[in-house]
Amino acid sequence: MAPNAPEALAAQLEALYRAEAGRILATLIRLLGDFDLAEDGLHDAFAAALEAWARDGVPDHPRAWLVSAGRFKAIDRLRRRARTDVPMAAVPEPADPDALAGLEAEDPEVADDRLRLIFTCCHPALAPEASAALTLREVCGLTTEAIASAFLTRPTTLAQRIVRAKARIREARIPYEVPGRADMPARLDAVLQVLYLVFNEGYAASSGATLTRPDLSDEAIRLGRLLVELLPDGETMGLLALMLLHEARRPARISPEGDLVLLEDQDRSRWDRSRIAEGRRWLDRAMASGRIGPYTLQAAIAAVHAEAPRAAATDWTRIIGLYHLLGRVAPSPVVELNAAAAVAMRDGPEAGLALIDALLAQGHLADYTPAHAARGDLCRRLGRTGEARAAYARALQLARQEPERRHLARRLAEFP
Amino acid sequence: MKYICFGYLDVPAWSQLSPEEQNARIDACFAYDAELKRNGNWAGGEGLQGPETAAMVRFDQGRVTVTDGPYAETKELLGGLLMLEARDLNHAIQLISNHPGVTMGPWEIRPAADLTEMIRASEARRRLATH
Repeated sequence: MAPNAPEALAAQLEALYRAEAGRILATLIRLLGDFDLAEDGLHDAFAAALEAWARDGVPDHPRAWLVSAGRFKAIDRLRRRARTDVPMAAVPEPADPDALAGLEAEDPEVADDRLRLIFTCCHPALAPEASAALTLREVCGLTTEAIASAFLTRPTTLAQRIVRAKARIREARIPYEVPGRADMPARLDAVLQVLYLVFNEGYAASSGATLTRPDLSDEAIRLGRLLVELLPDGETMGLLALMLLHEARRPARISPEGDLVLLEDQDRSRWDRSRIAEGRRWLDRAMASGRIGPYTLQAAIAAVHAEAPRAAATDWTRIIGLYHLLGRVAPSPVVELNAAAAVAMRDGPEAGLALIDALLAQGHLADYTPAHAARGDLCRRLGRTGEARAAYARALQLARQEPERRHLARRLAEFP
Repeated sequence: MKYICFGYLDVPAWSQLSPEEQNARIDACFAYDAELKRNGNWAGGEGLQGPETAAMVRFDQGRVTVTDGPYAETKELLGGLLMLEARDLNHAIQLISNHPGVTMGPWEIRPAADLTEMIRASEARRRLATH
């Protein structure tokens, strides 16, 4: 193969890194049994590729080449460390003492290891926020700083969380595998939760301009598809349906100016029909599975919206019924708030407002932006201007997302 | 991203070591620095001479004064600086936790601040002031 021009090769490697780094890293973690060593190996492999491919041309199977280079580089590192012979507790040992021998024998053509990696990152021995941080960094390739800003925490706090989680995986010798049937339910719930969290990070029109990450949502959907293939469980299919049905609305959710467009104001012709159809198919299978949980019910609600040709044609009675079911399976004040909003759409703002006021009186949602925004909206429709203004002002005070803040500020400015 | 790492030396602990042990650790440090360079993570760094060699320049009551010092009363002295090229904070922590220098005292890792915008604004202010 002809040697490539350096710029073209660098661009090609960059694209390859974006597309494949996650899979390569997951494979290296399996082979080496060590997160940090695998990361070093990954970066060494790409650096080596820049040199070797410029000389020899791009290999036929670039990913296999990179996996193989990554593990040899890691072996190099282990050998160098052994030579410097530093008495250090910080140097990680490979989880498997035979790792070095195993490396030589492994086939570089590997299956997708990311599911295994997700199950490792979501092990019940780790706290859920640590699982999410670890998954976003190791599976989705986000930097510590980006994850910290998405979760509104300090990078140092997050870095400590990740370092501790990695140490815990190493010390507890958490096996790098998809668990057996018996352990599945507990582990799967954690995995679904983290997958949904990753999806939401990509879906939320969020606090910074760069934080809407379609690539993260795509990644969550891709992993959801893999998970469904491996474990065709009702809730797994429900979550995939939910993600697809929400993602289908992305093109209509943000105006060209970057502002939030409410569901009822969205141009429904811009919704992605193929995603809706795929989501619908997974929803039907989830419904038929017999294990109907919160993800499936939320997907069913999303499907009612997705299938309404106009906002005014929405089947609110069906949505209210689904919220009541959801409230029984997974009770939460947020679910009740959404049910109240649906009641307001069917029975009028007064009925909805009574429910929201009862919820606020219980105190659970006192600091929850959408509760005050919804209250403001209903008061506005009822012509109770003073109350509406106060509720919007409270919501604005609480809101952290820029597009949401603009939306609330605009609403406030509309009052005389 | 660039990270600047401050390596502190635990002087009492260091002085307890035998000369052979001190040499072994120093050699391990430089071997690791060489590895950082080979892997493209080294973005610069220097060791520091002792605090008795320092000059302190400070602005005091309208005048710049130079004194010797600082007078390090603490048991940990800043021993050197290292600049890292790392993917993120976790990567920087990972690189430094493998550095043999961590056996000689604590390290502080801080991301380099991007001052481009601050410099640009300052230049604009200074241009205005000269017109």
